[in-house]
Order: sequence, then structure tokens, then C-alpha cells
Amino acid sequence: MKKSIVFLLPMVVFVGLAWVLYRGLYLDPREVPTPLIGKPAPDFHVESLETPGRQVDRKDLLGKVWLLNTWASWCVACRQEHPVLVEFAKTGLIPIVGLDYKDSRVEGMRWLAQFGNPYQTSAFDESGRIGIDYGIYAVPESFLIDKQGIIRYKQIGPFTPELLEQTLVPLIQRLNAQS
Amino acid sequence: MIPEIGNFALMVATAVALLLGTLPIVGAARGNVRWMAMARPAARLLFVLVIIAAGCLIASLVGNDFSDMYVAEVSSRALPLPYKLAAFWGGHEGSMLLWLLILSFWMFAVSVFSRHLPREMVARILGVMGLVALGFLLFIILTSDPFERMAQLVADGQDLNPLLQDPGMVAHPPMLYMGYVGFSVAFAFAIAALLGGNLDATWARWSRPWTTVAWTFLTVGICLGSAWAYYTLGWGGWWFWDPVENASFMPWLAGTALMHSLAVTEKRGGFKVWTVLLAIFAFSLSLLGTFLVRSGVLTSVHAFASDPRRGVFILLFLAVVIGGSLALFAWRAPRVGLGERFELISRETMLLVNNVLFLAAAACVLLGTLYPLILDSLGLEKLSVGPPYFDTVFVPLMVPALFLMGIGPLARWRQTSLPQIGARLKWAAGASVITAIAVPLLEGRFSFMVALGVLLAAWIFASSMTNLWSRISPRDGGQVGAKLLALPRGYLGMLCAHCGVAAFIVGITLVKGYEVEKDVRMAVGDTVALGPYTARFNGTSEGSGPNYLYLRGDFDVLRGDKVVATMHPEKHKFPSKGEPMTDAAISPGLLGDLYISLGEPVAGSAWVVRVYYKPFIDWIWGGCLIMAAGGALALSDRRYRQARRQTEFDPYGTTVGA
Repeated sequence: MKKSIVFLLPMVVFVGLAWVLYRGLYLDPREVPTPLIGKPAPDFHVESLETPGRQVDRKDLLGKVWLLNTWASWCVACRQEHPVLVEFAKTGLIPIVGLDYKDSRVEGMRWLAQFGNPYQTSAFDESGRIGIDYGIYAVPESFLIDKQGIIRYKQIGPFTPELLEQTLVPLIQRLNAQS
Repeated sequence: MIPEIGNFALMVATAVALLLGTLPIVGAARGNVRWMAMARPAARLLFVLVIIAAGCLIASLVGNDFSDMYVAEVSSRALPLPYKLAAFWGGHEGSMLLWLLILSFWMFAVSVFSRHLPREMVARILGVMGLVALGFLLFIILTSDPFERMAQLVADGQDLNPLLQDPGMVAHPPMLYMGYVGFSVAFAFAIAALLGGNLDATWARWSRPWTTVAWTFLTVGICLGSAWAYYTLGWGGWWFWDPVENASFMPWLAGTALMHSLAVTEKRGGFKVWTVLLAIFAFSLSLLGTFLVRSGVLTSVHAFASDPRRGVFILLFLAVVIGGSLALFAWRAPRVGLGERFELISRETMLLVNNVLFLAAAACVLLGTLYPLILDSLGLEKLSVGPPYFDTVFVPLMVPALFLMGIGPLARWRQTSLPQIGARLKWAAGASVITAIAVPLLEGRFSFMVALGVLLAAWIFASSMTNLWSRISPRDGGQVGAKLLALPRGYLGMLCAHCGVAAFIVGITLVKGYEVEKDVRMAVGDTVALGPYTARFNGTSEGSGPNYLYLRGDFDVLRGDKVVATMHPEKHKFPSKGEPMTDAAISPGLLGDLYISLGEPVAGSAWVVRVYYKPFIDWIWGGCLIMAAGGALALSDRRYRQARRQTEFDPYGTTVGA
């Protein structure tokens, strides 16, 4: 009797799997809860990617409207987004801070050397710890943070020139106008 | 008119599949010979009907019948003929029809090559496949009809996705589907054997060639897909752990385990429960892959179809097929006896470890692919799993499997002595250690992963050669050549496939370890150094292809002062689609590829250019093709044909191997 229970195991696993798949049909993989909007951006204090030893701290950016952009050298979509950000950085509208997520320093640096560096600096989140605080589920994701350090906007997936122009820039201008 | 014929053929096929899926199986249970005898003609009729439907779709594509919605979606007037044919599987509806076409092809093949099988077995096998075909037919007719008419007429179609307008894409999907639909045969054999209660060595011998042929196609299919990604996505990667790739890789892993497990079942009568479970898994993973790709539960760069109605249907189908077969397994498998006993140190043990490792690898890929979905459906966080996860879990699982690949084929069945194997392999071990140290030193940069990869590759190759030599050495008399020719093809195929794995490992490790990637801004006349070569940019020219405009870069590749190659990376602009496509120029070589692709134009006539040197990268696909050649070699083994001849004389065909 006990032995036949073992033979039921594949069936049991499959039933669990089927349930997950069924739920999955009604979930939108692109839709993500953004409980962080309107809340203070989680603190971080971590080494920068470019200069080991130099620290990047969220509090240093208080008083500015800025963009936190997560990226990684292994991320396919980031390759698509990167030239858009490089162009956007040239306008000098706001500082962009990178968060190099679960990456190696060598690969990360090579990526920046190859594709250009739109970031004022990049925080080096080797363990993915900061990513957890920010609820990052996929790279790239970006957060627009206001002068008081409150998250105002979250972008999931790569920015496109249209998104920047039509959504982000007007928002930045509004936030910049506030004291 | 033509689309209506196609649609009608599919409806008739549905009725035939319903008949095929019920009467022969019931007949086998009740001993009704007439009902069982329906299996073969019904399977053949089904094949003919599906061919008619496929022919109608091809005729509509070639004839530019844009009143057919599917044709209007995936084709256009200017599309060159070969791509009009490839447009058959360029979209969701056509892909499903291709799936069905290949399934019915395999059913036809079984109906032809099954003269040596007992009547009950044939009835059950074709019946099970008929039920699978029924599911797909209903899916196509109810949710994904390729023959649906447009409400409004259009002058021209929307054209095939430019990414798919590529010779690799003409061959990749049919090969891949031949592979993973091919596992339906092994699956049907397993279900038939569970139903009939005759899981034995004979069953394993019948299943083996079908499994090997499916595995061979799948290997080629995955290989083509990877090569396609390498030269069309424009940045030189060859595997991305994308859900759609994983969908084809999981059945491959399970199928590889199945092939090895079948060997034990056939030769030693052992691992029956394992084998039957693996046969169910291999096909279930193929179906699951179809679900993942077609339902849109996971977004991926491929994202072909997103429609919850389709998703619900496939899931229901999945639940019936997989759930049903696992339930049958739970009911019948406990009664299957164990095979012959074996000691801890034996070929059986090594093959068992191989099975466990491959199955664990497939489970890891499945987990990585579904993990975001699992957490999401439990209402927990959303996250994504990328290459770091797969690289981390895959290497530790594959290293022991690759190590055993050297020893396993030399080990004896039942019981073997480790010191004896050690003595036979000492030269192979020595040679591979030396190679593992020498290669990184010659390349001038030591890296642990490269040394490990080379060590394993050399180990597999050297031990395979030791194995071969022990069989053909003239020491105990006889001529080398004559002995080589007398060796069983199955054995040679095994060695060949293992050497393919070795070549594959050489490719992946050396590319990873020593590739040079440069993204540089180049004006006319600029040069860039790359490994042993220098590339010089001579400017660009413009022109037009059949349905696109192109911009072509002109590069000379120099070694010293001598021009050794000229390369022409292109940008293709399709009028119907937005973004221009990148067509990389590749100068392939046994020791490495030069890879140039055009990025973006910058000021003046300068361009951002990606110039890569990819050492040994062609060994990746070469290795896969050698593996597939091993499969083909094993298929030509005389044994399978002999087995047939022996039993053809048996008028009732029911006492084989009893």
C-alpha cells in the first residue's frame, strides 16, 4: 500500500503544476503591483560600480528629482533600452543613477564601456539586496524619485523614446516645479 | 473555395480521429479483431486528410489569397516563394497545423513500420496517438482556424515577421516539431504497454528506434534555432534561457534520459518503471512547452499568441493527457516487476545516475521557467529568473554526468570493478589533464572554467577512443578495418554522440572564456584589431532586395597585411515593419568566427559597429550535429531490421519475445 503512494507522486506534482498554470492564465505577466508609489524610496548605501570603495547613498540625492534605473549586463531588454537612456542623459534634464543588479563588476564595467554610460553613477547591487527592497521582479525597471525622496513613478520594462517624451518628461517638469 | 476545402478536411479528420481514438482501444481490451484492425487504415486516412488541409493552406499562401485571415497576417505579395512556404508556420494557427501534420506523419510511419508488432499493441498505440490528434484538431477548429475568412478584403498581406524571413527559420520549426512531436510515439508505446500490462524488454526494443529518431530531430531542431539566434539577433549570443528555448530543451533532457533508460530496459529488463515514466515525461514536457508558448502565460521575446481562451483549452487538454497518463501510471506501475539485480558499481548504476541527473536538470529548467509564475499565482512577489540561475544550477548537474560519460560505456552490466576501469582509463585521464592545462596556457589566459570544460571534453573524447580501440585493436587477432566495420552501429552511434557532446563543450567553454567583443565607432578607413585579425571599414552602399531596402557595410579582414576575407554586414528595412533588421556578417572558421554587425549610424559616414571574435563557436553547432549523426548511426543498426525479419513470419504476431 505504502509503495503505491510513491507512484501517485508524479500525479500529485502535476495537479499542483496544473493549478499554477490555470492561475497563470488569468494573471498578466506585465502587470505588477506598485505599492511603492507615493512612498519613500527605500534607503541604500552601497559601493559604486565604477570606483570600489566609493559609496552611493540614496540620501545624497535628496533635493533633486532623479531616476533610478536598474540594469544588468546579462539583461536582454536592457540592450534595447540602453541607447534610449544614453540619448536621454545627453539632455541633462535629471541625473540618472544606475543600479547594476546581480551582476559582476567586470561584466558590468565592460557593458558600460561598450554601450556608453548614461549614469551619474551606478550602485553595485551584487547580491540583489537593494533589488528586493525595491520589489524588482525583472530588469530593466526604473523609478522616478522626487526631491523629498518619494517614488512618483515606476517603469517596468525598457523605456522607449515615446514613453520618455510623453510620460516621463512632463512628470519631471511638474515635479521640478514643486519646491 | 480552397480554404473551405481545408476546413472541411479538418472536420472529417476530427471524426476519423474520434473513431481511431476509441474503437481500436476498446477492441484491444475486448479482443475484437475487427475494431483493432481499423487502427491502421484510420491512421493513414487521417494523415491524408491533414495533408489535404496543409496543401490548402500552402495553396492559399502561394496564391496570395488574402481573403484568408491567416494568409493576410503572415504573408504578402512581395514575399519570396520560400518564405511564403515558411509563412505556413510563421504564425499561431499555421504552427498548430504543422504540429498536427507532423503528428499524423508519425502515426502514418507507425502504421507502416509496425508489421512486427502484435495487433493489440498497434491498436493501442495508434489509438492513443489518435486521441492526441483529436485534441489538437478540436483546438485548431475551435480556437485557431487557419482557414478563417476576412470580413473585409485587403489588397495585400501584412508580410511575414522579418525576423522569420531567414533560411534557418524555414528549417528550424519543422525539425523541432519532428522531434518533440516524435516523442508522442514513445509516449503512445508506453501508454499502450501500461494498458496491456506488457512492459518488457520487447517493448523497450520497439520503443528505442522511435525515441532515437525523435531525439535526433530534436537535436538538429534546437541546433538550428540556436544558430538562427546567433546570426539574426545581431549580438552574437547563442542561447538565452528564454522560456521558448527552455520549452524545447526540457523534452530534449527528458528524451536523453529516456534513451539511456531504454537501453537498460532492453538489455537487462531493469528500470521499467523509470522508462515508462520518462516516456510520459518527455511527451508531457513537449505538450507543456506548447502550452507555455501558445497560451501567453509567460511573456518572452517570442510571445506568439496570447489568448486566454486558447490557454484554457490547451490546459484542459494537458490535464486530460498528462493527468490521465500519470493516473494510469499510478494505477498500473506498482504491478510492474523489478528487473535483474545489479551491484552498486555497475553500468546500471551509472545509467541510473545519468537518468537522475538529466531529470534533475529538466526539473531545474522547468522550475526556473515557471518560478515567476508559481510565486505570482500564490500571490507572492513578482520576479524574473535569468541566466545567472540557469548557469549556477546547470554546471554542477552536468559535470558529474559528463564525467560518468567517460566511464559508463566501459563499465560492465550487473557488476564492474573500479580498479579495472581505472587501469583501462589511465592514459585517457592523463591525456585529458595535460590537454586541460595546455589549452588555457596556449591561449595565454588561465581560467578555471575553461580548464574544467576542456578537461571534461578531452576526457569524454579520450575515453571514447580508448573504448573504441579496445574493440578494434589487432592485439587479439583480426584486422582493424574489418573489426571496425563489424562493430554494431548502435555502439558506434553512442560513441559518436558522446564525442559530439565533447565538441559541444569545447565550443561553449572556449567562446565563454576567450571571446573578444568590441563595440566601436568606425569611420571610413578605420581599423580595429581582433584576436589575430584586423578589420577595416571601407564604407557603406545601398540597394534593394526582393521586399526590403538594404544598407550594406564593406569590411576587409586582414591578417598581417594580407586581406583574408571581405565581410558585408547589412541593415534591412522592410517597408511594412518599423525597425530595421540587422543582418550580421560572419566569417566562419574551425578555430573561430569573425562576426561584424552594424549598430547605429553616428555623425557623418561613421557607424557604431559590433566586431566580435568568437573562438570555436561553430563547435557548438558542430557538436550538436555530431550528436545527431550519432543518433542516425544508431538508427541504422542492423538489430532493428533483424528483429523485424524474425517476427514477420509469425502469422499472429503476438508471441514476440515471450
